[in-house]
Amino acid sequence: MNEALLQIRDLSVDYFLDKGAFRAVKNVSFDIGRGELFGLAGESGCGKSTIAYAITRLAKAPAWVAVGEILLDGQDLLKLPESRLQEVRWRRIGMVFQSAMNSLNPLMRVEAQFHDVLRRHTGSSREKSRARAEEMFKLVGIPASRLTDYPHQFSGGMRQRIVIAICLALKPELIIMDEPTTALDVVVQREILEQVIDLQRGYGFSVLFITHDLHLMAQLCHRIGVMLRGELVEVGDVRQVSRAPAHDYTRKLWGAIPQLPGHPPVKDAIA
Amino acid sequence: MNAVMTVPPAAIAAEPIVRLDGIERSFGLVQALRGVSLSLKGGHALALVGESGCGKTTCARIIARMDTPTGGEMLYRGRNITRTGTAAEEKAYRRAVQMVFQDPFASLNPVFSVQHHLARPLALHGHARSKAEQVKGVADLLNWVGLEPSLTAHKFPHELSGGQRQRVNIARALAVQPDVLVADEPTSMLDVSIRLGILELLARIKQERQLALLYITHDIATAAHVAEEVIVMFAGQMVEWGDTLSVIGHARHPYTQLLLSAVPDPDRPFVAGDSARFLGHAEEVRRLSRPSSTEVNKVGPNHFVRALGAMS
Repeated sequence: MNEALLQIRDLSVDYFLDKGAFRAVKNVSFDIGRGELFGLAGESGCGKSTIAYAITRLAKAPAWVAVGEILLDGQDLLKLPESRLQEVRWRRIGMVFQSAMNSLNPLMRVEAQFHDVLRRHTGSSREKSRARAEEMFKLVGIPASRLTDYPHQFSGGMRQRIVIAICLALKPELIIMDEPTTALDVVVQREILEQVIDLQRGYGFSVLFITHDLHLMAQLCHRIGVMLRGELVEVGDVRQVSRAPAHDYTRKLWGAIPQLPGHPPVKDAIA
Repeated sequence: MNAVMTVPPAAIAAEPIVRLDGIERSFGLVQALRGVSLSLKGGHALALVGESGCGKTTCARIIARMDTPTGGEMLYRGRNITRTGTAAEEKAYRRAVQMVFQDPFASLNPVFSVQHHLARPLALHGHARSKAEQVKGVADLLNWVGLEPSLTAHKFPHELSGGQRQRVNIARALAVQPDVLVADEPTSMLDVSIRLGILELLARIKQERQLALLYITHDIATAAHVAEEVIVMFAGQMVEWGDTLSVIGHARHPYTQLLLSAVPDPDRPFVAGDSARFLGHAEEVRRLSRPSSTEVNKVGPNHFVRALGAMS
């Protein structure tokens, strides 16, 4: 936890528009430690997803990283030639997006999609990929017999778990999750995130968790950063940000979440 | 615009505007709805809560007459309208029941301005006869939903935020002067910080225009903000229903309890090593909640719970 895996230094990202450049991310700096779960909260358009795209160098025109450094283990990803990016994407940094469950190829059996990724990144044979896929399916709680199914045969929650499983198959050091459960209902959301926590402990990867739901983020993350109009207005330990938020906007964000009225929080219905 | 208000609220509240009685809907072997009964009353909101695939949207589509039930009865102001009525009756019903959809991005036509979206229903339904009446009608509607007419009317959907678009959608529904508003997950694609504003708007519309509101969601916490009554659905069946505060405060059915326990709570961090327990629990609750029992118990003045499966 002490050693920073990812260091974002003074990052600014612009979008080139007809009216000139729009700065979507303004001088943002933060660290993510090894094995740390770091949350980035904020409303639509605050720049949180733009940061995720910048880290993976997926920011495409009209987006442009103006200044800053993104250091993975001390190596600046922004200076890496395109040809060497493949060693980082998926291998070292995995990504799960909100629409990830729709990013599976509808024409390929899930098993083949595992193989596609594993062969490309590790040169794995079909048999090895199959074994790895079975192992990963077990981890995310889907019977291995379903590996030969097509994506449409799974529910949205299962598809999202399959994407997480494919992502984990390469044992990345950092997983970026951008609103991974926003499209799912609350029970499925909790099922998936509880699994992520378990897997995180087993594998020790770091997580950058992006969402607009502070309540959910507080259940999952060690540290939280709050973004407003491209700026990181507050960063701190989850306790401090939830109990004693320093910034006005953070307080507003907490207050804006619909809560159960007249109902003491269910401490743990199953305990 | 306030034609609805001229009827004394109490008179409307007395009898339901729309009533479903034992509605069934099956798609081949899949039974999407099993004996759903509910009443929509003026000035009153009912929330339909449940997971994806539980039948809540099918229910909304039936109420909006975008789908027909395979069993049960449907009444509009006391008249049985289960089978297609006369063309005039059908038209009157479709005017009375309006829908607001989940996706505020897909439900507005990108090539038309806000003005067009709102003026058209006003003109088509005879609520604005001249150009001047249309402009005034649109301005009134926009004011109603908390948008400034001079800043919004000329804009196109892509120039508006998700929350603003949803407000335009609500205004579009109100333009027809309905007496029932069916809102299917109207906030689930919006930011958490925008949701409360939309929920408050729906609550205000219900109150001031004495509309019947059916609010459909998978988020039981938001249901409590809008609706006096709630129905929790699972696998096409109502499992627990009644006064919202009673159902949420004293949930009896394991599925309702599961839904409540999954509402994000910052004071209850996830613990590593817990997932198998939670997943096992959720699976068990789903298994127990599978439709099987017709026995319903009354556990409060207006609070009902379906008995667990009698199959075991």
